[in-house]
Amino acid sequence: MALGKVWVLAEIAAGAPTGMALELLAGAKSLGAGSIEAVAWGPDVAAAAPALGAAGATKVYDAGDIGSGLPGAPVGAAIAGLIGGGNVPDAILFGASYDGRDIAARLSAKIGHGVITNCVGLEAAGDGIVASHALFGGAKVVTSTFTGAKPWIFVVRAKTFAAEESPAGAPCEVESIPVPDLGRTGAATVVNRHVEERSGPKLDEAPVVVSGGRGLGQADKYAMVEELAKMLGGAPGASRAIVDAGWVPYSYQVGQTGKTVKPAVYIACGISGATQHMVGMKGSKNIIAVNKDKDAPIFSIADLGIVGDVHKVLPALIDALKNR
Amino acid sequence: MLRMNVAVCVKQIPDPAAPGELDPGTNNLVRTGKLILDDSDAYGVEIALRLAEQAGGGEVTLVSMAPNGEVSGLRTALAMGASRAILVSDEKLAGSDALGTARVLAEAIKRASPDLVLAATESTDGYTGTTPVQVAELLGLPAVTFAKKVEVEGGNVKVERQTEAGYDEVICPLPALVTVTAGVVEPRYPSFKGIMAAKSKPVDQLDVAGLGLSPDQVGAAGAGQRVIEVADAEERGAGEIVEDDGEGFAKIVAYLEQLKIV
Repeated sequence: MALGKVWVLAEIAAGAPTGMALELLAGAKSLGAGSIEAVAWGPDVAAAAPALGAAGATKVYDAGDIGSGLPGAPVGAAIAGLIGGGNVPDAILFGASYDGRDIAARLSAKIGHGVITNCVGLEAAGDGIVASHALFGGAKVVTSTFTGAKPWIFVVRAKTFAAEESPAGAPCEVESIPVPDLGRTGAATVVNRHVEERSGPKLDEAPVVVSGGRGLGQADKYAMVEELAKMLGGAPGASRAIVDAGWVPYSYQVGQTGKTVKPAVYIACGISGATQHMVGMKGSKNIIAVNKDKDAPIFSIADLGIVGDVHKVLPALIDALKNR
Repeated sequence: MLRMNVAVCVKQIPDPAAPGELDPGTNNLVRTGKLILDDSDAYGVEIALRLAEQAGGGEVTLVSMAPNGEVSGLRTALAMGASRAILVSDEKLAGSDALGTARVLAEAIKRASPDLVLAATESTDGYTGTTPVQVAELLGLPAVTFAKKVEVEGGNVKVERQTEAGYDEVICPLPALVTVTAGVVEPRYPSFKGIMAAKSKPVDQLDVAGLGLSPDQVGAAGAGQRVIEVADAEERGAGEIVEDDGEGFAKIVAYLEQLKIV
């Protein structure tokens, strides 16, 4: 027996599905799902429907504009409502994003089904799905599967699937779904949104990522990381240590709690390679590390490692690139 | 608000600096040795203590689930200044998934009647990252996740919540649940006085039956999922590691040239 219907949480930004939404749709396709449907919310679902259709969704359930509410409770409850009404998919795929995790968790507790999170691989196996996730900073890979009732809830990390270039024009029906009474669970209200401007490519899409860590010594040295990233057409990233220290915003963080990146080249500057960090960048095609501690774990996965002082190596590197 | 009662979910985990272990029979994380307070939870404890101090009083209650009546991590948080702890420990809880854990924590939290529930965004060891919001749903509470700043004002919690683009300012009436990221505050070190006082602070220990849960809602029985295999990840072999002799930068330039990045 093959897999039946699979739902995908499709987050929408600026009228289009996010990269994560397209990755999950590609993932549902790779599982050989009998049919693929999306669940979305916000004012722009209808506008995004053609793109969802082109990526393989035949229908999108639209939970509507939630205004200034947070999506976890309303979207979770809307999905639970569909399931309660007898529309039961085999599996639902959520992205490991801020909102994806919240919605998956709300839904899980509402319908009493567990979750498998941090998936870095999903494969169809008979009439089930086998998920893999990394443990101990990526030293072990655990495969697991659901034994309980459907739908199975998977939360998938970014870059697990590659979004596909899609032909235009496949139709995707939009069906409005009601958000049930949320009681107190929907009481949180967004009163202000702040956008932190970043120039250059996005961290998780950049072909080159240059990241800085504690080895930089002080916050103003991070400027070297930014300069090098800019010269290479890449994005600057950071270890958790310097994000925690307040040197750079959280959105720069690469690692278990931050972004997963898989650039062509990853340059780690003054990063020792805590498991928390490595799990977010191990998938990079080429890894260059500069660190003064020759025993730093980052060297165990580096293709090129320079045991040296970032305060000497980086300025010299930047100069050399400038003089080309 | 005159008094502020805060419940903080804390996890006691094996030292993350030590190599992790799995039980070969069950594939569960081995948590039988000495456990410590998960670093991620120290931030929630610190925020809870500050909020109670700012409110001019109140209780900070720790809520934890751990095997073998383990309290060493709880003592650390009690030494920081928490008032008391509720510990749920029961053999039947072995193999619990995130939802089973949430059922246990939610029942335990009810016993503290908090104005605010705090938790880390995810634990350091298992990092499932869904347990707090599952707890909120089971308790019928609103939740604000990924908080990088938490304040309480006039019966509301004000949160700066991290987003893909930056952050949102969120207001939520109490009671509510908030998950905090690492680095939001600098957790205090326990003082000697605090460490001594922690030894006599109350830790209420409960089991599954005491919480009013049935054994099939928790543990491996309630998980509805099973581990198929645990394998070593594909090794990523180390490449060329060289000492910087002043020309290390040139190696990097040559490497980038070879990849046609420059």
